[in-house]
Amino acid sequence: MVDLSQTYTAPRRLAGAEGAKPKRRLSGNRIMIYGILCLISLYYILPLWVMVMTSLKGMPEVRVGNIFAPPVEVTFQPWIKAWAEACTGLNCDGLSRGFWNSVKITVPSVILSIIVASVNGYALVNWKFKGSEIFFGILLFGAFIPYQVMIYPIVIILRELGLMGDVWGLVLVHTIFGMPILTLLFRNYFASLPEELFKAARVDGAGFWGIFFRVLVPMSLPIFTVAMILQVTGIWNDFLFGVIYTKPEAYPMTVQLNNIVNSVQGVKEYNVNMAATLITGLVPLSIYLLSGKLFVRGIAAGAVKG
Amino acid sequence: MSVTDHARAPARRPRRLISNPMAKIAALPMIMTALVIFIGCSLWTVVHSFTKSKLLPSTQFVGFDQYERLWGTRRWLASVENIAIYGVVALVFSLVLGFVIAALMDQKVRAEGAFRTIILFPYSLSFIVTGLVWQWILNPDFGVQGIVRGWGWESFTFDPLHNPDTVLAAMLMAGLWQGTGLVAVILLAALRGVDEDIWKASRVDGVPAWKTYIFVVIPILRPAFMTATVLIATGIVKLYDLVVALTNGGPGIASEMPAKYVYDAMFNKQNLGQGFAASTMMLVSVLLILIPWAIFEFGGKKRG
Repeated sequence: MVDLSQTYTAPRRLAGAEGAKPKRRLSGNRIMIYGILCLISLYYILPLWVMVMTSLKGMPEVRVGNIFAPPVEVTFQPWIKAWAEACTGLNCDGLSRGFWNSVKITVPSVILSIIVASVNGYALVNWKFKGSEIFFGILLFGAFIPYQVMIYPIVIILRELGLMGDVWGLVLVHTIFGMPILTLLFRNYFASLPEELFKAARVDGAGFWGIFFRVLVPMSLPIFTVAMILQVTGIWNDFLFGVIYTKPEAYPMTVQLNNIVNSVQGVKEYNVNMAATLITGLVPLSIYLLSGKLFVRGIAAGAVKG
Repeated sequence: MSVTDHARAPARRPRRLISNPMAKIAALPMIMTALVIFIGCSLWTVVHSFTKSKLLPSTQFVGFDQYERLWGTRRWLASVENIAIYGVVALVFSLVLGFVIAALMDQKVRAEGAFRTIILFPYSLSFIVTGLVWQWILNPDFGVQGIVRGWGWESFTFDPLHNPDTVLAAMLMAGLWQGTGLVAVILLAALRGVDEDIWKASRVDGVPAWKTYIFVVIPILRPAFMTATVLIATGIVKLYDLVVALTNGGPGIASEMPAKYVYDAMFNKQNLGQGFAASTMMLVSVLLILIPWAIFEFGGKKRG
């Protein structure tokens, strides 16, 4: 299949004028490739389509209609209800509480984890000390340890620190578990910067923090953005830590969403559930769509070396 | 790296004394995390898996009692079986599907960016969102089954979530939806790194494209495949959120997973010992995946 396309493009470049013909010859293969790709895309797109469509229908229409069909009568009521009135247990103030809890958890977690990891990466590249590589090795290895092995001892540690059930306890947990991948990210980036910069700054008398803040940070904005994307989506999507280390009133959005949708009591309002699911997915989804290549770069940086 | 070489010049000693304390203090969070959390907490759990811990952790050692009980529990055995089946099938499917998608996208297609955006967007969503969406699509009354029945085929049955024999297939549909895009993107990046000359050479020899892919390109992509495999495999071991959102382990115990067993034992059943033993088994299984890979990777690097 491929060789056809290749052999026909090469002579075309030489002959120049015969542009149209080879294109027609390729079309059979091309149609198949595009056909398969479109089918695959359908598998990815349809669930999102179904979510959006269901969330815009009223319950009577959901009951009689086809989940793939667009709404006959568009209503935003499910969205309003999901945001402000949906019930979890006795609380009926909707997902908005979970949303703000998630914001309160995500913002400090992202900031703290990025500060810690960038300083780690900097120390690992430019200020190696005895054993630094060993600690880094343990850190990377730790990325593969199932969280379940560490969750209970961390409960004890947080209880001792008086942070159990507190947002700051969860922030600490996110900082810890984000550290391996972020440190790797920053370490690799700082190692790729020309060493002369560091040397020159040393000669000029800059110290540990001076070099970091005045030389490295200003030229590392792309990697900070990548780290931010990685952390915001990761922490926003977390469920396990949220459910373990916070109290019900402080549950992040994912936990609250699951409680709303999978609650056994009451009549199931599928349109509200789908609206709630969409609202929860909206933050990472918009980050993904807005950041484009940087998102891919973030996961690739984590993936390829991790 | 070369900074150290530079530091090894005459002024090595004073520099260590003056400058490195700051670096060490700055690296303290990393050191603490490595030692206290990753090593300390893991060891703590392993050690306590040999105790009689129930509601609270205890230090009364009982040997392998917890493990004997664990491997005699039906629910644990079902969890292990489920994750083995799900794991193998998910791994194979996501590698094959991911590679096919990557190979198709590597055919100089138009709108490659759009396709990439589409296949990768579910990866940005949480497993909870993924699970709830698929729960809705697979809903017997309103989802696919309901629609086909509405078309007049009254006996059509497609209710994988409520059938113990097919619930893992349902989970697979959701899991692949979320994760295959990542594999495809990793492999696509690796495909872009394959030398163009290989294609030219195989064309000259008249080798069909699919043969070139299987016998030449896939072996070249081995590192990328290894990376993807390790990523998928370690992700599968941790599988928890998706089960909670999609099936909550049901019907019955047909979709229970080890991570859920651990959570339930620790936080719902006040049976810490079982949770510790089960999580230690999870750690062991990760090590069984990880150590051969590490030997392969680092052994290879040393030789190269």
